[in-house]
Amino acid sequence: MYPETFRYTKEHEWVLVEGDTGTVGITDHAQKELGDIVYVDLPKLGVTLAKGATFGSVESVKAVSDIYAPISGEVLETNSLLAAAPEKLNEDPHGAAWLVKIKLSDPSEIEQLMTVAEYQTYIGA
Amino acid sequence: MSDSAALRVTPLNAVHRASGAKMVDFGGWDMPVQYSGIIDEHNTVRTAVGLFDVSHMGEIEVRGPQALKLVDHFSSNWAAKLNIGQAHYSGLLYEHGGFVDDILVHKVADDHFFICVNASNQDKDYEHIEAQRAATNFDCTVENAGPKYAQLAIQGPKGPATLQKLTSVDLAPIKYYHFTDGIVCGIPARIARTGYTGEDGFEIYIAPEEAPRVWGEILAAGAEFGIKPIGLGARNTLRLECKMALYGHEIDATLTPLEADLAWIVKFDKPEFVGREALLKQKTAGITRKLVGFEMVGRGIGRDGYEVRLNGEPAGWVTSGGPAPTLGKNIGLCYLPVAAAEPGQTIEIMVRNQPVEARTIPTPFYKRAK
Repeated sequence: MYPETFRYTKEHEWVLVEGDTGTVGITDHAQKELGDIVYVDLPKLGVTLAKGATFGSVESVKAVSDIYAPISGEVLETNSLLAAAPEKLNEDPHGAAWLVKIKLSDPSEIEQLMTVAEYQTYIGA
Repeated sequence: MSDSAALRVTPLNAVHRASGAKMVDFGGWDMPVQYSGIIDEHNTVRTAVGLFDVSHMGEIEVRGPQALKLVDHFSSNWAAKLNIGQAHYSGLLYEHGGFVDDILVHKVADDHFFICVNASNQDKDYEHIEAQRAATNFDCTVENAGPKYAQLAIQGPKGPATLQKLTSVDLAPIKYYHFTDGIVCGIPARIARTGYTGEDGFEIYIAPEEAPRVWGEILAAGAEFGIKPIGLGARNTLRLECKMALYGHEIDATLTPLEADLAWIVKFDKPEFVGREALLKQKTAGITRKLVGFEMVGRGIGRDGYEVRLNGEPAGWVTSGGPAPTLGKNIGLCYLPVAAAEPGQTIEIMVRNQPVEARTIPTPFYKRAK
């Protein structure tokens, strides 16, 4: 369920680092807690994100949840799929419904994030 | 997870928990917010039938020779116009015209009125009504009867067919906002053709200890129609599409029925009721703000409490807002200065400090085909 290759935050984001690029999403646990997702607000290209800062939001029928940058860097790409089909976040949060790709400014930050074992313990899975 | 020890529960709490419903603290009650998912549940009620546990709602009963006099004193609608077996929506108001609560008044007999009130207001409502009785000294009693009833709502186009399988009462002749007492699942029930969804259907009031069995029998009876249990999340989207008010959102102690676009529940022809003078004064002077519906034009969702701007200036607030599953757009209700509270007005809603365009539109947003 939770990929070994991802690192995780306490706010239920995941990041997959490949070279100096990080792909960021929200976890399956997060989408389940939110329920039906109806809107995703993502940053503009080129914006610089600071680790731990809010960079967008995910809205379910019932509520708005902020999303936090798990790692610092510049936004290279946002997932255009989500504007038209936000419900994909309920269906494939660890795959097709990634949120943003970031050019990492400090790859060592990754070590501060939870491993899959740590995250599963954290959510009681 | 909420601390359920401190919360009030309905007789169906264990049933909800066993079914895997997501539970929330709703005004001090531990209630199911969703089962299968809000959108799926919403669509189920619009197209088939859904079953709601609304046992958290309160009931207040007024009995005695002068019961009608007391009801027409504390209620803004005109109970003397009700026939036995008929119900209407009304306001329980303060002298200054603001809402104590919104209520459903059922006339059971000439000397017996059954009032359905909001869960988190029931004790306040009871104290308010009892204080009116003491002040007027009308010959009647007021009972805070919430714990005596479980309330289930069977709502949707297949609601009547579902309930009909469980009762010998012929449901077809019961008109909208009428009720009868009869046997459902072998026990006495008050059967009312009322609801909070904009669909056909019934609300039944039964003994709480029977609720888990009756809940199961209704789900079994509705299985052929695709019945599902429905949580408070879909209850909210369903009522919002029909512009039905929710206490604490569209109405509260600071807002009057005239402002809330509920002038039809204020019967000025009635010689006397609590709040009449203040409302008459407000009607004569003219209201300054009014509730109006809107739909989002720009990308974003206007939600409860968000600021509304007119030409860049703060002008009002969103009382309820969110996605409307049946309509496929983002809608809401807001208070605006009365001159702007007409359909066709462009407004901005402040979504996370950014203005997002919206426009006012006619309500109700959704009305079922007859």
